[in-house]
Amino acid sequence: MTESVVTIDGEGEATRRDFIHIAAGAAAVGAGVMVAWPLINTMNPAADTLALASIEFDVSKVQEGQQVVIKWQGKPVFVRYRTPKEIQEAVTTPLTDLKDPETDAARVKAGHNQYLVLIGSCTHLGCIPTFGAGDYGGWFCPCHGSTYDTSGRIRKGPAPKNLVVPEYAYLSDTRIKIG
Amino acid sequence: MSDHESTYVPKTGVEKWLDTRLPIVRFGADYMSLPTPRNLNYWWTFGGILALCLVIQIATGIVLAMHYVPNVDLAFASVERIMRDVNGGWLVRYVHANGASMFFIAVYLHMLRGLYYGSYKAPREMIWILGCVIFFLMIATAFLGYVLPWGQMSFWGAEVITNLIGAIPLIGEPVLIWLRGGPSIDNPTLNRFFSLHYLLPFVIAGVVVLHLWALHVAGQNNPVGILIPKERQAKDTLPFHPYFTVKDGFAIILFLMLFALFVFFMPDSLGHADNYIPANALQTPPHIVPEWYMLPFYAILRAVPDKFGGVLAMFGSIGVLFILPWLDTSKVRSMRYRPTMKVFFLVFLVVGVGLGWCGGQLPDAPVVPGMPSFTLFDGQLNSVLWLTRAFTLYYFAFFLIIMPLVGLKETPLSIPLSISEPVLPPVADAGQKG
Repeated sequence: MTESVVTIDGEGEATRRDFIHIAAGAAAVGAGVMVAWPLINTMNPAADTLALASIEFDVSKVQEGQQVVIKWQGKPVFVRYRTPKEIQEAVTTPLTDLKDPETDAARVKAGHNQYLVLIGSCTHLGCIPTFGAGDYGGWFCPCHGSTYDTSGRIRKGPAPKNLVVPEYAYLSDTRIKIG
Repeated sequence: MSDHESTYVPKTGVEKWLDTRLPIVRFGADYMSLPTPRNLNYWWTFGGILALCLVIQIATGIVLAMHYVPNVDLAFASVERIMRDVNGGWLVRYVHANGASMFFIAVYLHMLRGLYYGSYKAPREMIWILGCVIFFLMIATAFLGYVLPWGQMSFWGAEVITNLIGAIPLIGEPVLIWLRGGPSIDNPTLNRFFSLHYLLPFVIAGVVVLHLWALHVAGQNNPVGILIPKERQAKDTLPFHPYFTVKDGFAIILFLMLFALFVFFMPDSLGHADNYIPANALQTPPHIVPEWYMLPFYAILRAVPDKFGGVLAMFGSIGVLFILPWLDTSKVRSMRYRPTMKVFFLVFLVVGVGLGWCGGQLPDAPVVPGMPSFTLFDGQLNSVLWLTRAFTLYYFAFFLIIMPLVGLKETPLSIPLSISEPVLPPVADAGQKG
């Protein structure tokens, strides 16, 4: 390839000058990208924003059949203490009925299946679904009508995914750490 | 009109000196003497009105920025301070907020004018495309500005609209976090939205210059829609000043009366009461609606049951405008001489307003209360959802099917040879001295 680029003075063929033009143009584009990147990168989450990454919460504060909403990373997190009936409904739902199939067991921690921890942000466009409303006993999003079941799985409406289960772990029997 | 010769003669020594160094006075003088079709009607005054709108928004915006604080803890309070304590702050803010609505009223009429009289057709495609760019930038600017007061609608509007980007497969999620500057809408988001809201109007001003440049190369369209032959130019055109500066000026006065009516008598009628509640990340308002000028596009977004599909449809509804010059196959510009297309255009107007109405309703709400209905796929047939879908279908069909087909099939009325022919009897025209 190099030979063809440095051919001397052929009619219509690449010349040394063409090579210089292309190389200079490529260098200018490369330099432009290198200058632009730091500017673009400043818009990514800053260190202090990322530092607010985890919180702890005492789940024993939640009454059976109720949910508590806490704020994590600027978003609401639902901690729901489910009744045996609600758990039963979630467990017995066949996976074929689900838009985004996932078992209930995969959405709770083993031995703590009464507590459901979810990011309370509708997977459609981010509104906060209303607790206990809708046809499936879970949540109903007032914005565009997405309906979630007692496992936070999408059952009806425009949302494509189940409510997201954040990363969390039990520090003790009643204390969880989210993030 | 590009061959319009300069008639400017510098008189004073200073003007002569300047004219050979920076002929800016000549530029202005040539603009004022530009030959303009003498049959332009009042639909042609919205260009001038829009220029005024942009100036008003920039002037009031610069003043507001002197008092506004782009910080999540202070933004709402600083807007309230502008309303209560800053001298005349209430006036400046109401002019700015209602000015956005006035801007969109004018731009929609301006665009419909172009659509009806075929102003997008050759040789004016670039004028139209640049206009579409301006319209898109206006929507972006208005959205960013609406977030700044940091009320409930600001916050949740930002949440919903930025989530649209998250719908893009694969890259959506990282781009969303980059755009927001964190995992959720928060202070970094407000800060950058303020910065961009200040920037974009100047970008718009730049594109307006290109829009006018393209206009002066191709020349203005007119209600008859024919190009003015060179030999008819003296008869069929008038200098822009004073004939059209006065006409534009009169229209501007009427427009400012409407503007003042909103600013002084119903300043909050176009806004939403929820935006006087400070933003709360833990509570969604029961009914999120965008500002009225975005409702048709919001309706199209909700018409599609798939999340990404809805986003594509919404952007597509604006995107289709860009290729409009190549979708219309008719050789005739003005719909005055296109009886079939005129009917489809009138239906399009109704559909556009209908989409706006639908965008403000809850999707489940019945269109005719109490009318018996049945479930069709995912919603009641007698619901805003299905009405929106019908309107959305017509919106796209108008551009993608009706325009190409009607242009080929319809028989247009006979087109006058000159713009004076329809109004002046041929004998009188021949007898005139011009």
